[in-house]
Amino acid sequence: MNTTWAPAEQPDNFAFDAESEAEIVNVLKKYPEERKASAVMPLLYIAQRQMGRVTGSAWIPLVAMDEIARRLEMAPIRVYEVASFYTMFNTKPIGRYHLQVCTTTPCWLRGSDAVTEACRKATGIHHFGETSADGLFTLTEVECLGACANAPILQVDDDYYEDMDGPRTEALIADLRAGRRPEAGPAINRMCSAPEGGRKTLLETSASSSDQK
Amino acid sequence: MLQDKDRIFTNLYGQDDWRLPAARKRGDWDNTAAIIAKGRDAVVAEMKASGLRGRGGAGFPTGLKWSFMPKKSDGRPHYLVINGDESEPGTCKDREVMRHEPHKLIESAMIASFAMGAHASYIYIRGEFCREAERLQAAIDEAYEAGLLGKNAAGSGWDFDFRIHRGAGAYICGEETALLESLEGKKGQPRMKPPFPAGAGLYGCPTTVNNVESIAVTSTIMRRGAAWFSGLGRPNNAGTKLMAISGHVNTPCVFEEELGVPLKEIIEKHGGGVRGGWDNLLAVIPGGCSVPVLPKSICETVLMDYDSLRAERSGLGTACMIVMDKSTDIIEAIARFSKFFKHESCGQCTPCREGTGWMMRMMNRMVQGKAEIEEIDLLEQVTKQVEGHTICALGDAAAWPIQGLIRHFRPEMEARIRQYKAAHGGTGLVQVPVGGVPVAAE
Repeated sequence: MNTTWAPAEQPDNFAFDAESEAEIVNVLKKYPEERKASAVMPLLYIAQRQMGRVTGSAWIPLVAMDEIARRLEMAPIRVYEVASFYTMFNTKPIGRYHLQVCTTTPCWLRGSDAVTEACRKATGIHHFGETSADGLFTLTEVECLGACANAPILQVDDDYYEDMDGPRTEALIADLRAGRRPEAGPAINRMCSAPEGGRKTLLETSASSSDQK
Repeated sequence: MLQDKDRIFTNLYGQDDWRLPAARKRGDWDNTAAIIAKGRDAVVAEMKASGLRGRGGAGFPTGLKWSFMPKKSDGRPHYLVINGDESEPGTCKDREVMRHEPHKLIESAMIASFAMGAHASYIYIRGEFCREAERLQAAIDEAYEAGLLGKNAAGSGWDFDFRIHRGAGAYICGEETALLESLEGKKGQPRMKPPFPAGAGLYGCPTTVNNVESIAVTSTIMRRGAAWFSGLGRPNNAGTKLMAISGHVNTPCVFEEELGVPLKEIIEKHGGGVRGGWDNLLAVIPGGCSVPVLPKSICETVLMDYDSLRAERSGLGTACMIVMDKSTDIIEAIARFSKFFKHESCGQCTPCREGTGWMMRMMNRMVQGKAEIEEIDLLEQVTKQVEGHTICALGDAAAWPIQGLIRHFRPEMEARIRQYKAAHGGTGLVQVPVGGVPVAAE
């Protein structure tokens, strides 16, 4: 579950910008007219992305939830409970980069402890849930990310960095700090979830090496 | 073992392009109208005959599930909802379908929807799969552009719309009724059944919820025929299956394999063997963390399919296995799952909400050995009091890994307790306090 509200940080107002409005139009088309509430999760995402775009911190203030409730003709409490039930909605400000370390067993077996330690060392963060002093990074412990054949995973915002270890994690964070965002995906010699060193099946297909790593 | 000519997911690794022209070359969208022309009953009959069982974990026959949908609409629309919430620890197969075989999935969704009288389908994709959802959306856009979706989809005479709904980090939304609640814009808390979704599902309308893989194999089964599919695997365990290996193997990967192949052979071939050799194997969790762990002795001979694993009191689950070598602290490995379930319990049913916390706290003490030997039995009792006493199967899923641990690794748990006592100056092996065994919650 998500963290409790922190009233002091709440802004006084929120309005969707033009980019968000365009997305909202598309989202509302997906659901039957009388079932607008289905759009609550997409709209929460849109608000969170807009906050990230505009303020550098991707989170959803209460006033944004109220606006979503108004648009979707829902009671505000219904929006609050959705926002607090799902862990991917940030209900308080976060750092510019959201470092999400998977520590569930498959990642743990392959060294997620080292990834966590490297995140701490490179950002100065002591505990999960904290934001670094410079406001750049928030470190979160997440449950299974569903990419276990590429464990351990470090998710940065929406991207999966796969087959990580301590040194690769530190290098990645150094890049982010310098404003570079390296290509996501496996950090070792493999194509997506194929075995390291080359595939063992699908050898007969006419495989041209494509845009994927 | 499965040959390349019998693989359904021929672009599993994205070694080829995912876009429409390349997908067409691989056989997707090839005269889909002809499949639709066979009629609804014929499609369901073919799927039943193929012997396909649900690929999301439960293993319920897919064709049979489809046949539960009302034959005629009573005015309410029908829905196909595809479960792409893939969150079961160890499981990472549907991701490959969504990002590398999106057109196979979309075409199959259309055929499946036709077979259940649905003109609309939603796919619920876990929130973290942001790039995968973007990829699938791009493929959907291509399909609309090419007239393969929308009015008279693919020239079949059937109107069909396909839409994505993204989750936001709740494991429980992989449970079908929690998924429907979430899709309706609510907290993902499972519904009581009955009514079953086929009677009253999404928006109170007849709905079928299927796993991504169960749907995605449909187009190939319809093209190559039920006999081809059921000819692979073993009786009652037909066909090919996407599998994955994670953990302590030399080459973790995702792959497609025939059901009924020995687990050991699969680990040797696809996983490149256990790290440090087969004799270094400790245990395997064969299909996502909810299915009980198997010690090496069983892994020597067991076949990778529904019935063989059931016979060993485990399960095929999602067929995505977690391999652990002898360096693993097996108690800690399972305790981590207890933390997972504690985190993911939706809080609706008391036995699960409270029980997952008790189990986690007891397991954490078991990792240290800070417990009494009798408490192993108490822990097992707690799992039995959660199992079967909740609306959905999350309670069961939380109980089973611990039961598997106690069944196969009880000596390790006892040794840990003795070790702790010895290290902390305990004298007897058993020290039951006067007031009875300590309560589970500290």
